[in-house]
Amino acid sequence: MTYFPEEVVEHIFDFLESHRHRNTVSTVCKAWYRVERLSRRSVFVGNCYAVRPERVVVRFPGVRSLSVKGKPHFADFNLVPHDWGGFALPWIEAFARGCPGLEELRLKRMVVSDESLELLARSFPNFKVLVLVSCEGFSTDGLAAIATHCRVLRELDLQENEVEDRGPQWLSCFPDSCTSLVSLNFACLKGDVNAGALERLVARCPNIRTLRLNRAVSVDSLSKILARAPHLVDLGTGSFTMDHRAEAYHRLMNNFTKCKSLKSLSGFWDASPRCLPAVYPICRNLTGLNLSYAPAIQGADLIKLIRLCLKLQRLWVLDCIGDKGLAVVASTCKELQELRVFPSDVCGAGTAVVTEEGLVAISSGCPKLNSLLYFCHQMTNAALITIAKNCPHFTRFRLCILDPGKPDPVTNQPLDEGFGAIVQSCKDLRRLSLSGLLTDQVFLYIGMYAECLEMLSIAFAGDSDKGMMYVLNGCKNMRKLEIRDSPFGDAALLEDVGKYETMRSLWMSSCDITLRGCKTLAAKMPRLNVEVINERDESDEMEENPSDLHRVEKMYVYRTVAGPRNDAPDFVWTL
Amino acid sequence: MEEDFRKGEECPHLLDLIPNERDWMVKEVGGGGKGFGVIEEKKLELRLGLPGSEDWPAVMGKQEEHSVESALSLGHYKLCKTSGINPSSVGAKRGFFDTVESKTEVFQQQQQQHPGFLQLQAKGKDLSPKTNGRAEQQSLERKACGSSVAHGSAAAPSRNAAGANNSSQTRTATTPVVGWPPIRSFRRNLASTSKPSLESENGGLETAIKPENGGKGLFVKINMDGIPIGRKVDLKAYDSYEKLPLAVNELFQGLLAAQRDPLAAGNQKNPEEKPAITGLLDGNGEYTLVYEDDEGDKMLVGDVPWDMFVSMAKRLRVLKSSELSASSLLQLGAVTRKRTAAEC
Repeated sequence: MTYFPEEVVEHIFDFLESHRHRNTVSTVCKAWYRVERLSRRSVFVGNCYAVRPERVVVRFPGVRSLSVKGKPHFADFNLVPHDWGGFALPWIEAFARGCPGLEELRLKRMVVSDESLELLARSFPNFKVLVLVSCEGFSTDGLAAIATHCRVLRELDLQENEVEDRGPQWLSCFPDSCTSLVSLNFACLKGDVNAGALERLVARCPNIRTLRLNRAVSVDSLSKILARAPHLVDLGTGSFTMDHRAEAYHRLMNNFTKCKSLKSLSGFWDASPRCLPAVYPICRNLTGLNLSYAPAIQGADLIKLIRLCLKLQRLWVLDCIGDKGLAVVASTCKELQELRVFPSDVCGAGTAVVTEEGLVAISSGCPKLNSLLYFCHQMTNAALITIAKNCPHFTRFRLCILDPGKPDPVTNQPLDEGFGAIVQSCKDLRRLSLSGLLTDQVFLYIGMYAECLEMLSIAFAGDSDKGMMYVLNGCKNMRKLEIRDSPFGDAALLEDVGKYETMRSLWMSSCDITLRGCKTLAAKMPRLNVEVINERDESDEMEENPSDLHRVEKMYVYRTVAGPRNDAPDFVWTL
Repeated sequence: MEEDFRKGEECPHLLDLIPNERDWMVKEVGGGGKGFGVIEEKKLELRLGLPGSEDWPAVMGKQEEHSVESALSLGHYKLCKTSGINPSSVGAKRGFFDTVESKTEVFQQQQQQHPGFLQLQAKGKDLSPKTNGRAEQQSLERKACGSSVAHGSAAAPSRNAAGANNSSQTRTATTPVVGWPPIRSFRRNLASTSKPSLESENGGLETAIKPENGGKGLFVKINMDGIPIGRKVDLKAYDSYEKLPLAVNELFQGLLAAQRDPLAAGNQKNPEEKPAITGLLDGNGEYTLVYEDDEGDKMLVGDVPWDMFVSMAKRLRVLKSSELSASSLLQLGAVTRKRTAAEC
C-alpha cells in the first residue's frame, strides 16, 4: 500500500467526506498521516479549548474551511456565566499568521469581538463564507469591516447572535463591485437597515439564493426585493405587517408568485393573520417553513396555510397550533422530516395547547419524521410507545414537558417506559433530551438500547447515582452529556473516569457532586480539564479554602490536549 | 425505508408483541387519543407496579439467575450486555412491549426470583426535597418489594392516584426555575415584544382587508390590577357585552380571592365564598373593564357596538375604579369621542 504515489492516496482521501474518516486514516501510518494533513481542506473543532489554534494551523496548513464551537450547550439557557470564555480572537489570529488561504469560518457559541472581525476581514484575501451562530460580543461595526474588505464574500450568515446595533451603515459598506453574494442572513439584527442600500445590493448580486431579512425591513421593501430577486430559494421575511393599502398587498402577492424557486420561508415577524394569504401561491413548493416568530398567528390561520404545504419537510411552529393543528399537519405533510414546536406562553397560567395527542397524530401521519423538538404540557407513556412504534427513524428526539418532573397524567407513573420505547425502537437515535418524571429505570433503558446516542440532555431526572452510571456504562458513542438538577454525585462521576476521554464534554449543574469528587477526577485524568464554576456572591467564603465536601454548583469537564486554559475568568477554577 | 411500519411486519421483535386487535393509534388521529390512554392504563398498571422487574427475566430469557443479578450490578454490566442480549433474538427485546401477555401470577413469580433487583429498588435514596411525585414512586416501589402480593397493592394506589386529582403529585412550577423551559432568551421575549409593534404598525389593517372567516378564536390578553398573572380570553366566544363580564369574573375570581387571603386559598375554598367581580361595565363596581385598541389607546369597554369592539380590542385590562382618576377618565372620554367622530 505504501507504494502508491502520494497523489493517488490524496485523491482517494478526497472521497472521504466526514472528518471522522479522515481522522481515522491519518492514524494508519506516517505516510498517510502526512498526505492527509497536507491535503486536509476542512477542519472541525468541537470544543475550542480542546486544542490550541496554533497546533491546528501547524498540522493542517492547507485548511480552507474552519468550524469551531465554544460554550457548552446549556449556555443557551443562561446556565453559563456571561464571561466564561470561548473567544474567537486566538483562532483568527493563529490562522491569520499561519493559514492565510482560509476561505470559510463557522463559529458557534463563541465570543467574537469587532476587533476579531476586522482582523478576519483584512487577513484572508480569499475569504468567502462567514457563519456565526449564537455568538456575541460584536456590533454592526464588525459587520461593516467584513462588508468593506471581503471582496469575494459569498455568504454572511448570522443566526441568533447578540449583536450590538451601531447603525444601519454596515450594509452600505458592501462596495458596488460586490456582486458575489449568494447568501445573506441578518435576521437577528435588531436595528434598522437602509432599505435602498439593501435593494441595490440584492439587485447587483445575481446569484443570491438565500436572503433572511430582519424585523426592521418593511413589507414594501420586501416586495421590491422579491421583484428584483425572483430566483430566491430561501427567504426570511422582515416585519410582515402590511399597511392598509390593498394595492401593496396585491403587489406583494404577485411578487411572491413570481418566485418559482422558493423552497423555504421564515421570519414573519409581527405577522398578522391577514397577511398570510400573500404567500399562499408558493406554499405547494415549500419544503421548509418557520412560523415560530409569529405568535399572533393562531390555530385556524396556521391550519389554512399548512393545508397548502404538501411538500413540507421542515416545520417550526409555536404551540398555539394546538393538537388540532398538528393533526392537520399529519394529514397534509407526508414528507415531514423535522418538526419543532415551541412554547408561546412561557409565563404559565395558560391553557394546555399541545399535548401528547398532537405528537401521536404527527407520528401516525408522518412516518419520515426523524428530528423532533417538542414543548408540551403533558405526555403519556402510552403515547410515547405509540410514537416509537410509528416513527422508528428518529435521529433527534427532544421532548420538553414544561412542568419539570411531571408524571404521566393518566397513570401517574414516571415516563421511563415511554422513553425506553423510544430508545429501543429508534436504533439510529443520536440525540435525546428527556423531561417529565423519570427514575433510574429510564437510564437503564438508555444504557441498554441507545447504542448510537451521542448527545443526552437530562434535567430533573433520576433517583440515584445508578442512573448516571447506566448511561456512562452503556452508551459507547456518547460524546456530550449534560445534566442539571439531578441527584447524581461523586460515586457516579468517578465510576469510570476513563470514559470522559472518549467524550467531548460533560456538564453537571445543581447535582450532588462535591469539590472532592471534582478534584479526584482532575487528579486521575490529566488530559481532562475539570472546570468548577462558582458564581456566588459570598465568594469570600469560597476563596479561602472551601471544604472538599462543598457541593459544586456547576462543573464542566472536557478532554483536551491543550492543558488548562489561560483565559479563564476568576470564577472558573480548572482543578 | 420502504417498509410500511404500520403493518408491523418488519420489526418482529418490536411490533408483533402487540396483537392486531389492540392496534394502538396507528391509524387513528386526534380523537383516538383518549381511547388508547384508557386501554393503556390497564396494561401499564400491571407492569409499572414493578418497574423493570419483568423486563429483566424477559430479556435474559434463558439466562441463569445469577447473570440477572450481575446485570443489575454495574461492574458486570458490560459483560452481561454482550453475552446476554442477542439483538437478533426476538425474546431479548421483548421486555418493553411485553404488556399483553402479562398476568399477575407471572409478576409475582418474577418478583421472587430476583431479589437482586428488589434490593436495588430498596436502596433507592429517599429524596424528600425533590418532587412529591418521585417520593410517591419510591414508596410504590418499596411496597412492591415488601411482599409478594404487593403487586396488587402497588397497582391500586397508582390507579387511584390516576383517577384522583393528581396535582399534588406533580411539582407545580410556581417559582420560575433558572433556564427552564430550555428556550433561548429571544424566544422568551417574543410574545411580549411582538404585540406592541403589532398594534402600532397594523394601523387600519383590520378594516382594510375583509376577514377570511369568523370561525377562529380571538384570544386577547387580560390583566387585572394587583394580580401578577394575566389570562387570555377568547372574544369570539361571546356575542355581546353581556357575557364578557361573567367571563372576566370566572377568570379572576379565584386569583383575586387567593391574592386577598393567601392562607385560605390553600384549602379548596367553596366557590360561593369567593366574592364575585361585578359592575365592570357600568362604572359602579370596584373594578372597571378597559381595552387597548390597535393604536395603543385605552378605551372604556362598552361604547362601540360589540362587533366593532372585537375587531379593535387588542388587550383588556381590569382596573380598579378608584384609580381611574378624574383626569384619566376625561382622557378616556376624549379619546372615545375622537374615535366616534372619525368614524362618522
